Amino acid sequence: MIAHHLPALQVVVPLLAAPLCVMLRGARAAWLIALGVSWAMFIVAGSLLARVLREGVISYALGSWEPPWGIEYRVDLLNAFVVVLVSLVGALVISYSRESVDHEVRREQHYLFYAAYLLCLAGLLGIAITGDAFNVFVFLEISSLSTYVLIALGRDRRALTASYQYLIMGTIGATFIVIGVGLLYLMTGTLNMHDLAQRLPAVEHTRPVLAALAFLTVGISLKLALFPLHLWLPNAYAFAPSVVTAFLAATATKVAVYLLLRFYFTVFGAPLVLGEMPLPEILLALSLAAMFAMSTVAIFQDDVKRMLAYSSVAQIGYITLGVSTGTAAGLTGTVVHLFNHGITKGSLFLLLGCMAMGMRRITLQHIRGIGRIMPLTTFGVVVGGLSLIGVPLTVGFVSKWYLVLGALERGWWWVAALILASSLLAVVYVWRIVEAAYFKAPGEQVAKLREAPLSMLVPAWVLVVATLYFGVDTRFTAGVAARVAELLLGGFR
Amino acid sequence: MTFTAHFNYWVAMALLTVGLYIVIARGNLVKKLVGLSIFQTSVYLLYISAGKIIGGTAPIIAEGLRVYSNPLPHVLILTAIVVGVATLALGLALVVRIKEAYGTIEEDEIHSQDEEP
Amino acid sequence: MLLVLLLASALAIVRARNLFAVVVLSGIYSFIMATQLTVLDAVDVAMTEASVGAGISTVLLLGTLYLTGSEEAAPGHRPILPLLVALATAGILIYGTLGIPVFGDPSGAIHQHVAPRYLQEAVEATGIPNVVTAVLASYRGYDTLGETTVIFTAGIGVILLLGIGRRVRERAQGPGGGMQEYLVLRVIAKLLIPFALLFALYVQFHGDFGPGGGFQAGVILAAGVIFYAVIFGLTKAQKLVPPRLVEILVALGVAVYALVGALGLMLGGNYLDYFVLDHDPVHGQHRGVFWVEAGVCITVAGVMLAIFYAFAGRRRRPDSRS
Repeated sequence: MIAHHLPALQVVVPLLAAPLCVMLRGARAAWLIALGVSWAMFIVAGSLLARVLREGVISYALGSWEPPWGIEYRVDLLNAFVVVLVSLVGALVISYSRESVDHEVRREQHYLFYAAYLLCLAGLLGIAITGDAFNVFVFLEISSLSTYVLIALGRDRRALTASYQYLIMGTIGATFIVIGVGLLYLMTGTLNMHDLAQRLPAVEHTRPVLAALAFLTVGISLKLALFPLHLWLPNAYAFAPSVVTAFLAATATKVAVYLLLRFYFTVFGAPLVLGEMPLPEILLALSLAAMFAMSTVAIFQDDVKRMLAYSSVAQIGYITLGVSTGTAAGLTGTVVHLFNHGITKGSLFLLLGCMAMGMRRITLQHIRGIGRIMPLTTFGVVVGGLSLIGVPLTVGFVSKWYLVLGALERGWWWVAALILASSLLAVVYVWRIVEAAYFKAPGEQVAKLREAPLSMLVPAWVLVVATLYFGVDTRFTAGVAARVAELLLGGFR
Repeated sequence: MTFTAHFNYWVAMALLTVGLYIVIARGNLVKKLVGLSIFQTSVYLLYISAGKIIGGTAPIIAEGLRVYSNPLPHVLILTAIVVGVATLALGLALVVRIKEAYGTIEEDEIHSQDEEP
Repeated sequence: MLLVLLLASALAIVRARNLFAVVVLSGIYSFIMATQLTVLDAVDVAMTEASVGAGISTVLLLGTLYLTGSEEAAPGHRPILPLLVALATAGILIYGTLGIPVFGDPSGAIHQHVAPRYLQEAVEATGIPNVVTAVLASYRGYDTLGETTVIFTAGIGVILLLGIGRRVRERAQGPGGGMQEYLVLRVIAKLLIPFALLFALYVQFHGDFGPGGGFQAGVILAAGVIFYAVIFGLTKAQKLVPPRLVEILVALGVAVYALVGALGLMLGGNYLDYFVLDHDPVHGQHRGVFWVEAGVCITVAGVMLAIFYAFAGRRRRPDSRS
């Protein structure tokens, strides 16, 4: 019985838990609710994925109104995979969060903090799971508004301006998405994505549909921080509380990438998106620009959180590069990097949160010699750094392998070469962290630090170990990604 | 395809341009949010115009009426309006906090304050 | 003609440098927009735009200006790039709209596929003649749950950022002290506020038959309390409706809505299935719509009050420039 309702529960349970936190008001109670709900959602996501693998697409009609008249939840392999990523990271982040949030957020705000976190989780899961184009917008706004709030809770006053800037750019992005959806609705009379996919071919080459494609591309690109629409991201990541940065970096942009894939390949279909517009070319150029420009900017950052934030924009370049190749291998790379980069950046920002327990800002000067003082934390950062570079035995290598294959399949040997060259830039910024952490004498302040508590180290290290494990055993990640890529290119029609 | 046939849409476009221009070009944080509202309302006009049927009435079913305008855009825009005001409230709360932290709500002055270490 | 006025007021907003003028103009803009929306048969939307755009937004903006100062600095440079970006966006949209069906044409795709069924069967299936309400609360009730959650999110966001319930020192003027020395105001307020609450209930329950519903009712309800606070002072209002109660209302509404959905699930339907809420499916629909609208009303009223308390509880800071 309950198995039938899992798609709805996946979103509604965290959504209902948020007001519960507000009504109970206790800091500890709120954390326990968030913890329980997050792990429960991971279990739900896991069983959804298992069911999709077993039985294929799941459709759930909310309010029992048959789609397209009512809103439909539609789970296939792609969004089940994304939902697993989001809920896994959510569960680990919340397990980690207690000490970090105690340290960085005022105690009387905790119950609201966890409520906002639960709303953000519900919003992201809602975007990922829904089969209705307008419902996407509603849940996008739930996740966005809660994100603005969470970012603004950072200790530095620049968190406020970062949040404001994101609010402006995020709202423009969301409005663009509404315009795109509206144009599609105008031409087809439906909002259901599956229904849209069936009705669009009849009007495929009309101007409103092409304009809709343009608006959705720009709108979603704002949310996923595609270069040069990434301006909100570095400050938002740098000044948000550690827990928030880790959660957002691992999930929010990834869900936006999912949305792009969903609209491109399910709604519009590969032939239109890849074949008849210069879209792949534009995407390729922007991806390459992101990889090089943003990695270069990352090299010159002294603030480690900011450095990794710029690195995120660069890594998003890899993800969109896979889309632009339009090949099965390239798309496999995109989907697998979604997951791989999610867990890598999640682990890195969680570990930086461990360091933030002892210092207000984490700059290269501040972390001098920290390798000896916080050995487990620092070593985890090194592993994450290696994955950013794409060293074999880490997940970063797996992603780049498929991306290179995808580029070669298109005959773009120069793109393959550029992917490898850009990795060298990552070597430089990761080396700067390693150099400061291991080859500099600890200063007075660093010497006073202690290793982070186990309650923080364990969840962070689960992700570090995952970075290594899925770097060797790729049956699950690359296996699912390859099947997803096949589905995407085959179209769902 | 006459000019009047799409007049509603033209005005929506013009409002969109004005709104977006204010958001991007102006440095005052409050004015930006006003611009953002105009930008969003232009989309309301776009949707609602699309839902109108000439000769139709409001979609409240009653005796003696045959043609109703399309209710779905109305529903969607009701949601969008509410989302818009929620965003505005949050944005203004941020502006108040920024004013308290920086003493100004002009973008340029905030930037120059942040550059000083 | 309304459209031209609309455009003119938007342009005036660009030109105006005094932010009070900007706020007043944006209120006017919203009223014209609401009128235009009525012309386009969107009565529910018009009512909401009038109460939100001209009402809540204006009050919020004025409240912010009170706290932040009201002059906009002159822009330092001629902004060409923003204009280009804005024009390019509009350009793509114009390109797009050139291909859409002519305005008001009933044969457009938008009027063919999904919408006709709402108009044909909504009354029969839900017993609600206002099709907008039927679609909003039932067919697309899940969107509305999301919308209520968005308001809830904004509410806790504002509480987190500004805090509510901090004690404000009584002052002769301004939000703390109110205007209770004016006997006439006091009497009028005492007479008016019950009517405001009554009107809120009317809007709440009339939503099935005419324009209105939980959102508008919640706004009016909150406006009643805000009016009270303005006349009798924030402190008294907070005694009447304590901040903690406001916080609970904020959360309660969403919880009610989400639980109605869960009830459908427990009674054997899908999530938000109202058919199973009663032996008679149409009654079930009615009952479901009633309770979710109540949920919307509670959260909206709560959030509006929370925002009012949060803004009113802040102190004005001196301007760094002057």
